[in-house]
Amino acid sequence: MAEKVLMKGNEAIAEAAIQAGCRHYFGYPITPQTEIAAYMAKRMPKIGGTFLQAESEIAAINMVYGVASAGKRVMTSSSSPGISLKSEGLSYLAGADLPALVVNAQRGGPGLGGIQPSQSDYFQATRGGGHGDYHMIVLAPSSVQEMAQLTIRGFELADEYRMTAMILADGTIGQMMEPVSFDFEIKEAPAKPWATTGTKMARPHNVINSLYLNAELLEKTNIERYQKYALIEEKEALAEEYMVEDADIIIAAFGIAARVSKNAVNEARASGIKAGLIRPITLWPFPKAVFAKHADHAKQIISVELSMGQMIEDVQLATQCKVPVSLCYRVGGMIPTPDQVYQAIVEANEKGGK
Amino acid sequence: MATREFLFAGFGGQGLLFSGKVLAYKGLIEDKNVSWLPSYGPEMRGGTANCSVILSDEPVGAPIVLTPEVLVAMNLPSLDKYENTVRKGGIILVDSSLIERKVERTDVDVYYVPATKLADENGAGRLANMILMGKLLSVLDEYNEETVSKALEKCISARHADMLDLNRKAMEIGRNYAE
Repeated sequence: MAEKVLMKGNEAIAEAAIQAGCRHYFGYPITPQTEIAAYMAKRMPKIGGTFLQAESEIAAINMVYGVASAGKRVMTSSSSPGISLKSEGLSYLAGADLPALVVNAQRGGPGLGGIQPSQSDYFQATRGGGHGDYHMIVLAPSSVQEMAQLTIRGFELADEYRMTAMILADGTIGQMMEPVSFDFEIKEAPAKPWATTGTKMARPHNVINSLYLNAELLEKTNIERYQKYALIEEKEALAEEYMVEDADIIIAAFGIAARVSKNAVNEARASGIKAGLIRPITLWPFPKAVFAKHADHAKQIISVELSMGQMIEDVQLATQCKVPVSLCYRVGGMIPTPDQVYQAIVEANEKGGK
Repeated sequence: MATREFLFAGFGGQGLLFSGKVLAYKGLIEDKNVSWLPSYGPEMRGGTANCSVILSDEPVGAPIVLTPEVLVAMNLPSLDKYENTVRKGGIILVDSSLIERKVERTDVDVYYVPATKLADENGAGRLANMILMGKLLSVLDEYNEETVSKALEKCISARHADMLDLNRKAMEIGRNYAE
């Protein structure tokens, strides 16, 4: 096994991207994810890659569009306000069926908000973010090891399905250091016969475009894209289940909120409350089946979020409101304490229930 | 030791994030689960800085230390802010050359080390942080010369290899300091 090293979550993303064969990074600095750009600036020139600090987030995402069109693994990273700026580009990437990896180390919003961690871009990420009918594959790491692992997985999924994969992290996971081992088997990028790499006078032109003036044709491409999304929903949804088999009270939480919640679940178990945790690892596709499976035996589900309640809507949809779902939250850069979550569990256990 | 939570707090530039990293690396080398989380707010610029370190035999849950077992305070605002968060029976290490007041708690073990003064006197000008780390590991009976040395090698880049011995020396000063 590869030796474990201590690394910041942001650095782990950058190193994993390089190991996944990404040789092109475009970004614009913003707290709390600047370590990704810093790492890329240091490493890319040494391995024949491109690090480019663009003049803006919008420029960076369009450079991503260009490299993706040429069939190479490419990424950009930013934090919440910067991702809003990139949203037009995200929609164009979707409309042109281009694979790319985008990292959002979320901070408090709306507006410029703050620089402390947040999960309030959940809607933006899972509903697409930009205009039009589309999705991104959204991966939610909750440890530095997963920052690395899901970055690699993100590149693979993006290539496999020709779409954007987003790492939806937060300031805490980005800034914290934990041991990480780069012991990955990395799938090579598949052949990309659609890429604009020059015809060499041997094939017709490949065209990368998201403009369809023919409404019937645009409808058809949308429907076909959604057939692909249906397949992804069936095959790629992923969640960690922690002590949920017999749980009366189930916490739903991802990322940093899931780590805080795990402490609370352990504390609840120690005091005799049957608590458990479902941690979605993919936020889109949402792991609906896992929630549906446990909706029958749970008395209550508590969605723990660093937002005013965004994922809670997916939990309610996934459980078809068979079980009450409540919200436990902090926002603006604040993080719920394990004790706050524990109190919510105690309260739900006493008076919650169907 | 099941789980031990540390909080290092002081001014930006005192090397608290660095000493926290050495502790975390030592834990990693000793096969423990570890996490290290810095404060990264605007307060870092010229103001207070702190970092949470957790060493555990179990996987680490929340990486934020709210009720530390060990507090290392390198300025007065940090001691004022965190003194009451330390768990009963915990440990507070104070750089007594920078903090004049005494710890008010009576239910914790307190160690006063004039670390900044000791660093100056011993030609280790900026290594008060490592003097405190030496004392801390000795108080915890966790001063393992081999893993300490390996951790320092991991945390000090090749470019600054000349600082290795000075760091080791600073830690020894702390280890041997008796009030």
